[in-house]
Amino acid sequence: MQEAMINKAKQLLADGTVNRVIGWKRGEFAYDITPAVFESAEELDSEFVYDDFTSANVSKYLVKECKKEGRILAFLKPCDTYSFNQLIKEHRVVRENVYIVGIPGGPKLDAEKIKAKGITGILGVKNENYTLKIDTVYGEETMPFYEAILDKCASCKSKKHVVYDELIGEDGDVLDSNRFDMVEKLENMSAQERYDFWREQLSKCIRCNACRNVCPACTCEKCVFDNPNSGVENKAPADSFEENMFHIIRAFHVAGRCTDCGECSRVCPQNIPLHLLNRKFIKDINSLYGEYQAGEDTTSRAPLNDYNKDDCEASIVHERGVE
Amino acid sequence: MQVNENKEFEPLIVAFCCNWCSYAGADLSGTNRLNYPTNVKIIRVPCSCRVNPMFILRAFQRGADGVILCGCHPGDCHYTSGNYFTRRRMTLLFSMLDFLGIERDRTRVEWVSAAEGAKFAATMNEFTESVKKLGPNRRLEDLRCRKQ
Amino acid sequence: MLKISLDKLDKLFEAIAASQTLYIPADREDGAAEYRKYESGMKLSNKLNTLRSAKDFFFPQTENLVDFKMEGKNIDVIDVREESEDFVIFGVRACDARSFTILDKVFLAEPVDSYYKNRRDHSTVVTMACTRPAETCFCGTFGIDASAPEGDAACFSDGENLFFEAHNEKGQKFIDSISSLLEEGNTSKLDDVREKTRDILKKLPLANLSTDNFGGDKLNEYFNSDKWGELSESCLGCGTCTFVCPTCQCYDIKDFNTGHGIKRFRCWDSCMYSDFTKMAHGNPRLTQLERFRQRFMHKLVYFPANNNGEFGCVGCGRCLSKCPISMNIVKVMKALEVK
Repeated sequence: MQEAMINKAKQLLADGTVNRVIGWKRGEFAYDITPAVFESAEELDSEFVYDDFTSANVSKYLVKECKKEGRILAFLKPCDTYSFNQLIKEHRVVRENVYIVGIPGGPKLDAEKIKAKGITGILGVKNENYTLKIDTVYGEETMPFYEAILDKCASCKSKKHVVYDELIGEDGDVLDSNRFDMVEKLENMSAQERYDFWREQLSKCIRCNACRNVCPACTCEKCVFDNPNSGVENKAPADSFEENMFHIIRAFHVAGRCTDCGECSRVCPQNIPLHLLNRKFIKDINSLYGEYQAGEDTTSRAPLNDYNKDDCEASIVHERGVE
Repeated sequence: MQVNENKEFEPLIVAFCCNWCSYAGADLSGTNRLNYPTNVKIIRVPCSCRVNPMFILRAFQRGADGVILCGCHPGDCHYTSGNYFTRRRMTLLFSMLDFLGIERDRTRVEWVSAAEGAKFAATMNEFTESVKKLGPNRRLEDLRCRKQ
Repeated sequence: MLKISLDKLDKLFEAIAASQTLYIPADREDGAAEYRKYESGMKLSNKLNTLRSAKDFFFPQTENLVDFKMEGKNIDVIDVREESEDFVIFGVRACDARSFTILDKVFLAEPVDSYYKNRRDHSTVVTMACTRPAETCFCGTFGIDASAPEGDAACFSDGENLFFEAHNEKGQKFIDSISSLLEEGNTSKLDDVREKTRDILKKLPLANLSTDNFGGDKLNEYFNSDKWGELSESCLGCGTCTFVCPTCQCYDIKDFNTGHGIKRFRCWDSCMYSDFTKMAHGNPRLTQLERFRQRFMHKLVYFPANNNGEFGCVGCGRCLSKCPISMNIVKVMKALEVK
C-alpha cells in the first residue's frame, strides 16, 4: 500500500495536479509516526510511511493547508473522510484546494497496548498473519494483532469513503459497529456508579488540551477555555468542577458535529475514554432525533441546528434509563 | 446552599426566564400575590435560546442546587423558533449530566407563558421542594465557591 | 551492602509509612503507574516509570498561593501556607531524580521559592535503579546512569533482594530508620544485573544521541534555523509534552473569584499554549512555530546558558511516548543538529 501511495503522490506531483502531499513521516521507532507535508519525490521516497501505526487523522491540518498556495494531496482513511466532509460542511476547508485519495483504513495499532503487555525496548514490529512479531532489545516477543489495535478501530463504524477524488483499492461499507456498548453499559448503572466512574476517569485529566487540539471538529479560532476574558478559562484543574465543566463543554460543542473518529481518546495521555462522552451525545441524537452521522454528507442540517415541532421534551431524561 | 432558622437545608434555585413569556409569567404571579419560594433567583434572558450549557454549569459552580430554564411554549417563541433549539440543547445537556451521574432532578425545563402566573408559582414551588429533597448539590459544585 | 528480600517489601513499606507519609509508584486500574500514598497492601508497580513525572511532589500542577478577603474597602491577605509534613518518595528513577536537581536550580535560586523549598526540605527521595530500560530512554545522553541513580538514598534490585545505599545525611537517616529490617547481603548477583543493564543501555536505539552540539553558545545558530517550520508544522499546540515532562517548570498565576473572595493559584503553564506569557500588549509568540521553538531552545540552549551547561532534559522519554503526533526532543535534536 505504501508503495502504491508513494507512486500515486509522485505522479500527481509530477503532472502538476498538486504541489504538496500530506501524509505520515517515519519516526525513530516502529510506532512514533508524525503527520507531515512532503514537497518532493525524494522526500516521499525517504520518509513517507503508511503502515499499521499511521493512525493520526490528518483532516484537521487541511484547514490550514487548504489556505496555502496550490493544491494539496491528502491521503484519507475512511474515518478521516468523515472528518473532512464535516469540515466542508462547516466551510472550514476549501474543497477545490485538496485532492483526496481515499485509502483503506485500519485497524491500526496502539503502541501503548503493546507496552501494556510488558513488552519494552521495542525495536521493530512486524505483522505476520495477524500475529505481531516484536523485536526488542530483550529478545523477540509476539502478541495477537487484534489485542494491540486502537480502541477507535476496535469499534470501527465505516469502511466507506464519503469524499474523495480517487481511491486506491476498493471502497468499503458502513459497518454494524458495537460502538455504543459501553455507553449503554454506563446508562444501565446507577447514578452513583456513573458518578464514581466519571470522577475516577476525569480526575486523571491534566488539562493538556490534547483532546481538544486534535479534534477535527474543534476548529474555533480561539477556544473559550483559552480566553482569559471568558470567565471560565481554567488552565489547571484546581477543582473537580473544572474537569467536569471542560469535558462536558468540549463534548457538547462538538455534539452533532463529532464524526466519532476517536482521536480524542487516542491522544489522551491519561487514557481517559473521552469518546464515551461524544458517543453519548451521538446515541442520544440518534434515538431522539433520528439516525444522524456527522460527516456523512455536506447538505443535511446538523441536529442541533434543526428542530421538529414534535420533538420530545427535556423531561424525557427523567423518564428513561436508570436513576 | 443555605440553611434556614430551623437548620433545614434551603436550596438555591436559579431560574433562567425568557423576557417575553416566563419573566412576564413570574411578574404576573407576583401581581396576583401568588407565593413562590424566595429560594428562586431569576435571571432574565432575551430568549430561552440565549442560555448556553455553560450558563447552567456556571450556576451550579456558583452554588445553585437546582437550575430551571423557563421559556415560551413551543410555537409561541417571540423569535419564532428559539425555544425549539433550546429544547434539543437542554435535552442533550441534561441527558449528559445524568450520564455523568449528576442527580437528574436538579435540572428542568418548563414552558411558562405570560398568562401563566399560577403555573409559574406552582412550578417553582414544586421544583424547590424536589431539589430540597435531594439535598445540597455536591456532585457539580466548586468547593472553592462554597461559603464557609 | 544492606538489603531486604523483595518478598518482605510490604513490611518495609509498613515500617516507613508508620513514621511518615510514603509515596510509591503503584498501578492504576488502566495499567499505568502513578505515585500513590502508600496504604496497607499496596503493591509496588513493576512498570519502568510513572506516567506523570515525580515533579508533582515539589511543583504540583495547581497550588493555592494566597487568599484575599474583601470587606468594604478592606482587603485581608490570608496566607494559606502550611508547613509540609515529612514524606518519602520511594522508587524514583534516575531520570526523575536528576530532574529535581534541575528544578532546584530554578526554584531554589534567589529569590528562593519558599513553597517549593518547604516541600523539598521535608522530602526524602529514595531512588531505584532501572533494570529494564525502554526504547524511549535516553538519560545517558545527559550523563545519567540509570543503573546508579542519584537521590538521598538509592536502592537496587537483583531480582530477589533490594539493596540500599545512602548518598547523604538524609538518606543515611532513612536507612537507619529501617535498619532493623535490613541485613548485610552479598552483591555478586546485583553486580551482574547492573552490568547487564549497562549493556542494554548501550544497545538502546537512542544510546548514541549526544548533546555535544547543543548548549548556550549555539543560540543564534539554532534560533534562526530553517528547520523549525517543518518541525513545528504538525504540532497540535497541546500541552502534553510539558505536562508529562519532569523538568518543565513554567507556571502561570491565576486569580479565581469565588464570589466571596479571591483565591490565587499557581498552575503549570505550557509554552505550547497561545496565552503563554501573554502580556498587556498581547502575546510575544504569535505562531506555533515560535512556541514550539521556545520549548526546545529552552531545554537545549537557554537553560544550559544560564546553568553552567546543564540541559533542561533528563531523557525520561515520556514526551516520546505521549505526544499525540510523536514529535519530540529527540527528533528536534536530530533535525536541528549542526555538526
